[in-house]
Amino acid sequence: MKLTDKELEVVEILSKNARLPLETIAKMVSLSIEETEQIVRKLEEEKVIVQYAAIVDWRKIDGHEGVTAMIDVKVTPKRGVGFDEVAERIYRFPEVKSVYLMSGAYDLSVVIEGRSMSEIAKFVSEKLSTLDSVISTTTHFILKKYKHDGTVFEQGDQDKRIVMSP
Amino acid sequence: MTRATKTYLSETVVNLKPSGIRRFFDLAASMEGVISLGVGEPDFVTSWSVREACILSLEQGYTSYTANAGLLELREEIAAYLSRRFHVEYAPETEIIVTVGASQAIDLALRAIINPGDEVIVVEPSFVSYAPLVSLAGGVPVSVQTDGKQEFKLQPEQIEKAITSRTKAMILCSPNNPTGTVLNRRELEAIGAIVQKHDLIVISDEIYAELVYDEPYTSFPAIPHMQERTILVNGFSKGFAMTGWRLGFVAAPKEFAQAILKIHQYAMMCAPTMAQYGAIEALKNGDNDVEEMKKSYRRRRNYFVQSLNEMGLSCHLPGGAFYAFPSIKATGLTSEQFAEQLLLEEKVAVVPGSVFGKSGEGYIRCSYASSLEQLQEAVKRMKRFLARL
Ligand SMILES: Cc1ncc(COP(=O)(O)O)c(C=O)c1O
Repeated sequence: MKLTDKELEVVEILSKNARLPLETIAKMVSLSIEETEQIVRKLEEEKVIVQYAAIVDWRKIDGHEGVTAMIDVKVTPKRGVGFDEVAERIYRFPEVKSVYLMSGAYDLSVVIEGRSMSEIAKFVSEKLSTLDSVISTTTHFILKKYKHDGTVFEQGDQDKRIVMSP
Repeated sequence: MTRATKTYLSETVVNLKPSGIRRFFDLAASMEGVISLGVGEPDFVTSWSVREACILSLEQGYTSYTANAGLLELREEIAAYLSRRFHVEYAPETEIIVTVGASQAIDLALRAIINPGDEVIVVEPSFVSYAPLVSLAGGVPVSVQTDGKQEFKLQPEQIEKAITSRTKAMILCSPNNPTGTVLNRRELEAIGAIVQKHDLIVISDEIYAELVYDEPYTSFPAIPHMQERTILVNGFSKGFAMTGWRLGFVAAPKEFAQAILKIHQYAMMCAPTMAQYGAIEALKNGDNDVEEMKKSYRRRRNYFVQSLNEMGLSCHLPGGAFYAFPSIKATGLTSEQFAEQLLLEEKVAVVPGSVFGKSGEGYIRCSYASSLEQLQEAVKRMKRFLARL
């Protein structure tokens, strides 16, 4: 779908910070609050904006540090449905955070989050590997997140400028 | 010493007016929790690709002097950049000199053209360095005051009135610091006609040329017949967020450029080598970064200027740079009083318009190169301050 310049700007602004007051966004794009609200509603209805969510640094919360793994999955595509059917079987599991079809050495890249390594190991051995079309899996555990979806986790970005200059 | 130390000092230096920003700087720096809208530089850190290119040059040991005029590769990139962005053509071998910031470029340009007593027109409100640099070069700064009611746009008649038989040059700055005003092609043409008629030279400070938000930008030398009488000053500080790198440049017809180079080679040798390597990367691959920063400034400008108008500080929509220059006349306070009280009572630092010239009185300069969160908080505090007046 084709967006107007203003609509595109609203998307860009919200994608960086979805919690800005509507009034501020309206001023940033030089529209009235009502017009801006209308744009946001349209974007939501059209599912251009799918959801608003917070980026959380779970490591900071005791007992919720969690484990994330990226699993390379090789599968046999099925006649007629290709990779879509097996992808759907995989992404329906709630612990699966993302599934991508990849070019290269394997077919599906599956990101999964769990409370512990054993929880993930269990998912892989019981749920994933046992699927008919899955040929093999390679599991990589994430040791540390430096940057996620464009956000740097530990940012030392204090203002280094002198307080006043010509 | 038999003489008082002061009597050793140059009279020109003794007579220079101290910068009006200094007092506010000291005050703001001594306080905690200040939101500063008084900063004349981007809030972005230089893009990583530029910093990385500089680091690489250091790792490879490029730590010696460069040619006086700067690395030829950089001058070639500057020539290509000026052509691509502003449609002006300069020869990299003879017409471009890399300098230590636009600041040094302005100083060099003035020293290259001024004979003792020559007059140089300075359009106020203006960047604080122009008039002192004219004086230091032995010239006489003659101020022209633009009018807030005309969005601080220089009117050709005003120039004519200021011209005398000693007038040699004029310093033009569009987009302007502190007003953010941008002169469009038609307005520049009208100024060009006067410049031509009176045979003047223009030093065109285009340091904010990348940060223009509404209309296409016109560089002064792109006006017909103006390139031959223009010393173009630009640099990397604002558009590329590289203030601390201290890198700028002059582009001018060969005879001007070579005179400037003569001073530069004795006074400076060359601009910092590592910064030059960073700048090459900025010009080669920086367009997207500049575009992103510009988008961000424009949104913040729209937000901030509308907020100022809503709180009763009337402000024209500045076409460029990152300054809003609202009128505070309705409050009955002077610029200095307003700035001082706002700082002491609400901890928001702004610069009194009066430090930029007589016509800046009754205005304050607010930089919107601050995070949106800071701007929102500043708006809240300023509203509270105004409600109490
Ligand atoms: C109008 C104007 N010219 C020149 C400069 C100096 O820039 P540079 O950092 O390149 O010396 C500034 C910086 O504030 C400025 O506002």
